[in-house]
Amino acid sequence: MAARDWLLAPTPGSRLQSRLGQAYLRWLAFRSNPLACVGLAIVVALLLLALLAPAIATHDPLAQSLARRLQPPSAEHYFGTDALGRDIFSRIVHGARITLLVVLVVVVTVGPIGLLVGTAAGYAGGALDTVLMRVTDIFLAFPRLILALAFVAALGPGIENAVIAIAFTAWPPYARVARAEAMVIRNADFIAATRLQGASPLRIVLRHVMPLCVPSLIVRSTLDMAGIILTAAGLGFLGLGAQPPMPEWGAMIATGRDYIFDQWWVATMPGIAICVVALGFNLLGDGLRDVLDPKQGQ
Amino acid sequence: MGAAPLLEVEDLHVRFRTRTGLVEAVRGLSFSLGREKLGVVGESGSGKSMTGRAILGLVPPPGEVTAARLSFAGQDLLRLGEAGMRALRGRRISMVLQDPKFSLNPVMRVGDQVAEAYRRHHRASRRDAYDRSIAMLEQVRIRDARRVYDLYPHEVSGGMGQRIMIAMMLIPEPDVIIADEPTSALDVTVQMQVLAILDDLVTQRGMGLVFISHDLALVGSFCDRVVVMYGGRAMETLAARDLAGASHPYTRGLLSCLPSLDRPVAALPTLVRDPAWMGR
Amino acid sequence: MTLARASRLVGREVAAVAVTFLGLLLVTFFIGRVVPIDPVLAAVGDRAPAEVYERVRIELGLHLPLHEQFWIYLRKIAAGDLGQSVLTSNPVLVDIGRVFPATLELATLGTIIGVSLGVPAGVLAAVHRGTWIDQVVRVVGLFGFSVPVFWLGLVGLLVFYRVLGVVGGPGRLGVAFDDIVDPITGVILLDAALRGEWEVFRNAFSHLILPASVLGYFSLAYVSRMTRSFMLEQLRQEYVTTARVKGLPEGRVVWRHALGNAMVPLITVIALSYANLLEGSVLTETVFAWPGLGRYITNSLLNADMNAVLGGTLVVGAVFIGLNMLADILYRLVDPRAR
Repeated sequence: MAARDWLLAPTPGSRLQSRLGQAYLRWLAFRSNPLACVGLAIVVALLLLALLAPAIATHDPLAQSLARRLQPPSAEHYFGTDALGRDIFSRIVHGARITLLVVLVVVVTVGPIGLLVGTAAGYAGGALDTVLMRVTDIFLAFPRLILALAFVAALGPGIENAVIAIAFTAWPPYARVARAEAMVIRNADFIAATRLQGASPLRIVLRHVMPLCVPSLIVRSTLDMAGIILTAAGLGFLGLGAQPPMPEWGAMIATGRDYIFDQWWVATMPGIAICVVALGFNLLGDGLRDVLDPKQGQ
Repeated sequence: MGAAPLLEVEDLHVRFRTRTGLVEAVRGLSFSLGREKLGVVGESGSGKSMTGRAILGLVPPPGEVTAARLSFAGQDLLRLGEAGMRALRGRRISMVLQDPKFSLNPVMRVGDQVAEAYRRHHRASRRDAYDRSIAMLEQVRIRDARRVYDLYPHEVSGGMGQRIMIAMMLIPEPDVIIADEPTSALDVTVQMQVLAILDDLVTQRGMGLVFISHDLALVGSFCDRVVVMYGGRAMETLAARDLAGASHPYTRGLLSCLPSLDRPVAALPTLVRDPAWMGR
Repeated sequence: MTLARASRLVGREVAAVAVTFLGLLLVTFFIGRVVPIDPVLAAVGDRAPAEVYERVRIELGLHLPLHEQFWIYLRKIAAGDLGQSVLTSNPVLVDIGRVFPATLELATLGTIIGVSLGVPAGVLAAVHRGTWIDQVVRVVGLFGFSVPVFWLGLVGLLVFYRVLGVVGGPGRLGVAFDDIVDPITGVILLDAALRGEWEVFRNAFSHLILPASVLGYFSLAYVSRMTRSFMLEQLRQEYVTTARVKGLPEGRVVWRHALGNAMVPLITVIALSYANLLEGSVLTETVFAWPGLGRYITNSLLNADMNAVLGGTLVVGAVFIGLNMLADILYRLVDPRAR
């Protein structure tokens, strides 16, 4: 209880204590939302699954066995086997790595680009803002999946190209969010004060505007992760994402498509995996928004 | 005051249960209203607005209303139920809200909003309601009422908006009207104009008026009687003409905070609040 | 609003859209240039002699600098020439004209389903905020953001077609009903109704209802979420209190006054969700063997038919832009403050 009292002290003794106290209060608010906790649990489970995949998987995800093809779920094969006799459970467990990798690579590349474009446009205003936002609008005007499709068509199928295509289509909303934030921050008094002290525009943007845009971008990217997972799975389903024999969930559904009426588990199991993980990110993002960005949360 | 009071309020409480504890907005307020103008004054947070809403049964959800007696023309408002209250609202008791910028529906023509109030309570054809609304708009001294009828709220000025609000609340011919700070969002120049219209109509029709305001001087000049509220309860109730001779220290404190042209002072005194007023 | 003012409004909107559309063309143009597929080889085949190859290269204008190529591209687009499909040997525009009604039919019914269920669901969630109704709407909505559309289609086929047998299977019509109705609009439901072929109408509907419901679910998820949030915002406003003070029944307060105001931003949301369904149809059409634009694009893609892919992309992009423009105009018509 002493730690709790220290965290919640009404007059913190240091900046660190104050920050930790704020974080603790947010954590308390987050914890009181059961759906958000479910989301967090799912995401943590996904991380563990990806990390410990070889230990959790019961079979080799790539080992084919035509004698054991299309077997229904059983104690030996929890989720059954596919048309090549591969264990679906083990493939889903290993597929978590691919899903996580795609999501992380996209977010890590897209976040900074969106932040840079958005804060530059929002802080500078004027012609730069108009030009950058027009470009953003053009990308937003494209349906995301179709633009990604066209890119993959140009670059050729494969997981790397799928990631590039998704990243290419995913940045505009981030730029929009960052711009909206930057435009509000631009007019704040403390920015005026910094400007009066002689700080250069670059310094103001990097040191003062960008850090304040980060929370809403974190919320945005958590909510976006589900969308990225779905787009990646869609590309995989069309045969344009991860190539066989990689255990990518969308591609696994595609292989199960021909057997949907008689061996339902082949397509159904990876679909459930996608649903659960995407729902986890959505619930987590929803909860984070309520905590970090109370204006927008309802 | 008329023979039987229209509105009787005895020991009214409005409480909100929140996560941080119980908040009491109104604690044990009592007053009665005849066909007269009653002023309710107090600082912000004194519970005066909540009083108006409690009478109309419009205290928002976590709020609870209890009272020893809360009756209108002999009917117990607390036992009337939602349907009964709905028939009463607008038709018998109505309320003018503070700021026409927010209290008029922005996507509906102002005239239609007035006609809607009439048609809710009187069987009338569209045409009939239209004519009635035009007549009512003229009564609140809107020239060119037919043109104004078709305007949207953002197209009218604040003073005009508040006159439309008054028209809308008076058109079903209620017995009691509650005016919740009806002029504080308006420019000083139009405040008096709007008040004069309200005053005329209330007097003409012999209605009861509850005038809620933070402005003691205004209430003193405009109303017949005054209830002074502090911390959710009435400090004292007295006739407006006796205000200068008020006995309660809070009322006296409020009065002495008002600047005066004929007796200028170097510094206005600050209000002293005695915690003892809150206890009982 | 005066006619002159309305046309000025439309004019400004069109100018902004023209810029966006130009950008769109630039993107499709550059995608077309970076493709590893050689457009000349695709046209002449890999056994053509060198001089034929060179002649076609010049015919296609590929020897010119990029900006001139772009100018030629623009002129072609303006003339309605999206090139020829290698796969079908038809002009791409003709192909698209043939498949587009099927997609339109699907996306329109999907939007109707989504909006007619999503708006009431969102309103109810907002009115009963924090209750189980709210939670159900929230989870149903979030699930819609989490489920892959192609998987939901497959499971839908398994349950409603195979197990329960209550809907028609893949395709637009049963084999027995093919070619009975001569197309007028290309939208089979309309055509069958216009020609009075009610058997065909019923069969087409039984095939349409499942994919449209799957798409409609995504629209519902989005629309209900946004409706809820707009309604919560509106129900806090003072004019809602005014309406209650007037003695209006709660139903009229919620559905006429509050929803009337929430409709203003909702129009944009509905237009966006309609556009999103056009996109969702790419995957849905693949699952349901639906001969629409989405399946045309994916088929062309798998056969390296770049003209068809880029033409389809361009058309979907154009529809997207058009819907956004329409939403902007409608928004101003509905909101008296924006006029």
